[in-house]
Amino acid sequence: MGKLELVCPAGTPAALRAAVGAGADTVYLGLRDATNARNFPGLNFDRQELSEGVEYAHARGAKVLLAINTFPKAGEPEPWHKAVDDAARLGVDAVIIADIGVAAYAAEKHPDLRRHLSVQAAASSAEAINFYVNEFGFKRVVLPRVLNVPEIAVLNSQIDVETEVFVFGGLCVMTEGRCTLSSYVTGQSPNMRGVCSPASHVRYEEKGTQLISKLGDFTINSWGQNEPAGYPTLCKGRFSTGGEASYLFEEPTSLNIGMMLPELAAAGVTALKIEGRQRGKAYVEEVVRNFRQAVDAMDTDTPFDTSDLERLAEGGRSTSGAYKKAWA
Amino acid sequence: MNRKTELTLGPVLYNWSPERWRDFYFEIADEADVDNVCIGEVVCQKRAPFFAPHIADVVERLERGGKTVIHSALTLLMSQQDLALAKSLTAEEGFYVEANDIAEVADLKGRPFAVGPFVNCYNEGTLQWLTDVGATRVCLPAELPMDAVAAIASRATIDVEVQAFGRTPLAISARCYHARSRDLHKSGCEFVCGEDADGMVVETLDGKPFLTVNGTQTQSYTCLNLVSDLTTLRDLGVGAFRLHPQAIDMVAVARVFRAVLTHNLTPGEAMADLEDLWTQSPFSNGFLKGVEGVKMVAGAE
Repeated sequence: MGKLELVCPAGTPAALRAAVGAGADTVYLGLRDATNARNFPGLNFDRQELSEGVEYAHARGAKVLLAINTFPKAGEPEPWHKAVDDAARLGVDAVIIADIGVAAYAAEKHPDLRRHLSVQAAASSAEAINFYVNEFGFKRVVLPRVLNVPEIAVLNSQIDVETEVFVFGGLCVMTEGRCTLSSYVTGQSPNMRGVCSPASHVRYEEKGTQLISKLGDFTINSWGQNEPAGYPTLCKGRFSTGGEASYLFEEPTSLNIGMMLPELAAAGVTALKIEGRQRGKAYVEEVVRNFRQAVDAMDTDTPFDTSDLERLAEGGRSTSGAYKKAWA
Repeated sequence: MNRKTELTLGPVLYNWSPERWRDFYFEIADEADVDNVCIGEVVCQKRAPFFAPHIADVVERLERGGKTVIHSALTLLMSQQDLALAKSLTAEEGFYVEANDIAEVADLKGRPFAVGPFVNCYNEGTLQWLTDVGATRVCLPAELPMDAVAAIASRATIDVEVQAFGRTPLAISARCYHARSRDLHKSGCEFVCGEDADGMVVETLDGKPFLTVNGTQTQSYTCLNLVSDLTTLRDLGVGAFRLHPQAIDMVAVARVFRAVLTHNLTPGEAMADLEDLWTQSPFSNGFLKGVEGVKMVAGAE
């Protein structure tokens, strides 16, 4: 069993340097346009920065993955094709692809450019994964956050390709790449524009003693004076069914399975993915450093203290998500 | 494509009782002016055994009624039970199957099949590839705006279908929100989704209706209605329109859509008729208009 590869987010060149410095084996990033799923203002790389980032990472033994993981707008595939071309030209180690058309383009034009299947492609079964592998030559699949660890182990026995799993950070509760909730409320499509619950559509309003958070025209949550307010990510909101209010889809928590790394390794996982290209370099540095220690600790059989990671989790609350499937 | 524009009745998305399910399709078979009818469980594998005993009768009745039967397959495949349900359709060589997950496309490759709205076909590149492996029709994702539909339809060599009526499926999850809303686990869900024939309405904390939960699927609260855009879409090359079954008179809904396509009703008259038929929530067409999906943008023609 090889050592688990640590795949870390880089929303900016500074975050890239921080991640590499903190021990990332690999960083992933996106271009400054709709071709990637974190298309937020002030984030991402232009071609020059990408080229410099690749050079910086390679000089320090780290790899760079380019996320081209949105679905091209019909009639205008050029930005996605150009992103693939530039990834090959600039020496990126692999591209992360969700769309079948982009996969077909990359496989045809740049057969030697390594391809990873994005979580946005929602390949949740061995049948789906093998299909992508056979048709487009994917070398790795990023697994949807809908599988538990025993399911991942079974899956790995049925496929002949590396798997990468999310271990820390933001957590989609809906199947990735198959959710238009944010689009329904904001008109901005996560799949096409790379934005979910964008800040441009967020408002906070005071109503008496309550603080209301809104996304578009809809109230996502409401807090009393002594409650800490959070960001109104649609699926982490409080809603009411049959007159009863609850976090219907998911609590405002984030994923943390830092304590499950040995189980993931035993399940045949190749790489661990940390979410958070929208996060600052200090956060990235701290999370990556902790996970570096956690992975290295596996070689020495010393248990790793994950309390720092608990603290770094969004809102100080974390969940094991689907990996334990407490709700199944 | 220079031929009659088709109407497709989508699969029943809700957990209706087996008798209701059967009788609904019998009525569609006998009375509805639709060309294609989708049957099969696409949301939750656990529901499928209940109406399975009626499938053969329903298929026979639909075919006798002159409808093309499309077997719609499950949307999210994870468990062995999910895969077995999908295989029970894809293994039948005589079935015309609609794939809603890429694993089903894998099974169907090389023979004629349909691509459902839950397979991400967002552009002509993906459409071309699906066409090359055997797809003969595709129902596009609901969130595509008019210019994207046009770009795809103008390049398509297979039938392109657009969702035109009903609560819009917005997301699918491994988790069941019907069960969660009752503090039940998915494995012991007691099939509470069966209590809501048009889904369970979700409101914001200030009491504004927002979404609809249908087990593991989340839908819009609004009801998609593209009746004002049918002829525009047809002129762009769209060959079929999908009507999602709701617990209302779907024979009448189909009649209204057909009448607009044959110029026997104006869009304005059609809208008034549909407002009488569907009273549970407002209509929406925002996705097609390139704005928030929840919105209704007036004035198409």
